[in-house]
Amino acid sequence: MLEHCLVLLIAVPLLAAFFTPLAHKIGEKLRNWWVLFSLVSIQFLVLVLAKNVIGGDIQVYTLGAEFPSLTSPAGFPIRIILEADAIAVFMALISVFAALVISIYSLRFIEKYKSTDKYYALLLILTAGMLGLIFSGDMFTMFVFLELLSIASCGLIAFYVHRGESLEAAFKYIVISAVAGLMILFSVGFLYAQYGLLNIAAISSALEFTFLDIVALVFLVAGFAMKCGAVPLHLWVSDAYGEAPAPISAILVIASQVSLYALFRISFTLFGALPLKEILGWLVIIFGVLSMFIGVTMAILQTDIKRLMAYHAVSQTGYMLLGVGVGLAVIGNTSALDAFGITAMEGGVFHIMNHAIYQGLLFLTAGAIIYRTGTKDLNKMGGLAKAMPFTAIFFLLGSFAISGLPPLNGFASKLLIYESVFRFSPLLSIIAILVSILTLASFVKVFYLAFLGSTPAKFQKIKEVPKSMGLAMGILALFIVLFGLFPNIVVDGLVSPAARALIEQFQYINAVL
Amino acid sequence: MISFPFITVIILISMGFFALVFKKNLLKLVMAIHIMASGVNLFLITLGYRQGGVAPIFTNAPNLNMVLPTVQALTLTSIVINIAIVALMLSLIILIYHHCGSLDTRKRKLKQ
Repeated sequence: MLEHCLVLLIAVPLLAAFFTPLAHKIGEKLRNWWVLFSLVSIQFLVLVLAKNVIGGDIQVYTLGAEFPSLTSPAGFPIRIILEADAIAVFMALISVFAALVISIYSLRFIEKYKSTDKYYALLLILTAGMLGLIFSGDMFTMFVFLELLSIASCGLIAFYVHRGESLEAAFKYIVISAVAGLMILFSVGFLYAQYGLLNIAAISSALEFTFLDIVALVFLVAGFAMKCGAVPLHLWVSDAYGEAPAPISAILVIASQVSLYALFRISFTLFGALPLKEILGWLVIIFGVLSMFIGVTMAILQTDIKRLMAYHAVSQTGYMLLGVGVGLAVIGNTSALDAFGITAMEGGVFHIMNHAIYQGLLFLTAGAIIYRTGTKDLNKMGGLAKAMPFTAIFFLLGSFAISGLPPLNGFASKLLIYESVFRFSPLLSIIAILVSILTLASFVKVFYLAFLGSTPAKFQKIKEVPKSMGLAMGILALFIVLFGLFPNIVVDGLVSPAARALIEQFQYINAVL
Repeated sequence: MISFPFITVIILISMGFFALVFKKNLLKLVMAIHIMASGVNLFLITLGYRQGGVAPIFTNAPNLNMVLPTVQALTLTSIVINIAIVALMLSLIILIYHHCGSLDTRKRKLKQ
C-alpha cells in the first residue's frame, strides 16, 4: 500500500475525473457522493504518505523499474520517477484539503448552472495536475503536469461562458500559461543537451554551471514566476481570480502556490550548489517586496470584492517570497542560517499554508455574498451582517488573519517572518509590517461597505447561505483559529521538516541516485 | 560552427515573441503561440540529431549510429499538449467573438 501511494495519488484523481460524467448520467446525488468519496480517499492516501515521510523517510516510486538507476547502459537512465520529501507532502496536504473543502462548498454554489459534471471533472483533473507537479521527480513530467494544471484551470475560469469578462480572463490566463510552459520546455532542452539527463536529482549532481545552465535557470525561474503571480507578471491574477466562480478562485490560489513550490524546488534542489545563491536570494526578496507593496496599493483602489481579494493574494505571495528569499540569500553562511535563516524559511513555508486557508475562506465568503446578492460591486452592497451573521463572522476572521492580527494563524507566520527578516535587514521587516497595516485598512473598508450600514431595499429578504456552504467556510475558520492558538504543534510537526527538506537538498538527491 | 537549425529556432521563437507582444488580434496571438511552440519543438529535435544517424529502432541500426530517441518522445508529447492548448484558445475565441463582435483586443466593448 505505502510503496504505491505516490502513483495512486496521481492515478486516483484522474480515474475519478473520467468517471464523474458517467456518474452524472446516473444521477446528480451519486455524482456528488462519488466526487466527495474520491477526494476523501485521496486525502487518506496523502495522510498515510505524510505520516511516513515527515518521519524522515523519503519515498521514491519508479515507473517501469524496481529502482531509479536500474538497467542503465551508460549513466543515469531516462525514466519517470515520483519522489516525495517533507515539503512535497506539505504542499500535497494543503492542495487535497483545499480541493475537498471546495467541492463541499460547490455542491450548492453551482447547482443552478448546466454542465456541473464537467465542473467536477475539471476540478479533479486540476487536483491530479497539482499532485503530479508536486511529486514529479523529473523536469519533463513537471512540464506535462504544469500544462495539465493550466488547461484544467483555464476551463474552470471560463465556467461562466455567458459572461464576456470570464472568457477574456481565461484567454489571458491560457496565453500566459502557454508562454510559461514553453519557457520551461526550452530550458529542459538546454539541460538535456548538456547532460543527457532529465531527472532533477541526477541533473543537480551533474551540473557544472556553464553559461547555458544560467540561461536555463533564468527561463525556469521566469516561467514558474509567471504562473505563481509574483509582481512583474501578476497581470493575469486579478482577471483570473476576479472572474472565475468563487470556489475556483480559492483553488487557483493553491494552484499558484504549487507553482511557487516548483520555483523553490528549482532554486533549492536543482540549482542547489549554485555559487551565486546570494544574488538569486536577493532577486527573490526584491520580487517579494515589490509584490507585497504593489499588490496592496492596487487592492485599496478596487470596488469589485473579488478583484480586491485577488490583489491581496498577490500581496501575500510577497511574504512567502520574502521569507524563503532571506533563507536562500544566507544559505551559504552557516552562522546566519542558524541564527535567522531557518526561521525565515519556516515563516515563509508556514505562510503558504496559512495563506491557502485564509485566502480560501475570504474567497468563499465573497462567493457567499455573490450567491445571495448577485453583485460583486461593493458600492451596491450594505447591511448584510444582519441577514448573513455567520458569513460576516467568517469574513471578519479571514480578514483579521490576512492582516496578521493575533491570535489568528496569519499572525503566527507573519511574526516568524518579521522577527527573522528584521535581523537580516530592518527595512524589509518595516515594509512587511506596513503592508499588513494597509491590508487591515483595506479589509475594514470592505467590511464596512458590505456588512454594515443600511440595507438596500432589494436585499431586505435575503437569507443566510445553505448549510453545506456554511460547513465549508466553518472548517476553514476552525483551522484559522486552531493554527493561531497552537502554532508550535504545526510548526514542529509539519513546517519545520518541510523547511529543512528545502535546505538539506542532498537528502532528496541521495534518495534517487 | 554555425548550425542552420539553431538559427531557424531563434528566428521562429523571436517571430512568435514579437507577434505576441505587438499584435492586437486574438487570432494572431494564437498563431504566435503556435510558432513559438514549433520553434521549441524544432530545438528539441535538433538536439537529438547525429550526423548520418538512422531512426532509433535497435534491430534496424546497422552500426548503432542512431539519432537520440528521447527528444523525439518529448517532442511528440509537446506537440499533443500544444494542440490541446491551441484548440482551447480557438474555442475561447469563438465564444469571445459571439460576445464582443470583434477580435481586436483594443475594442473590448461587450454586447449587452
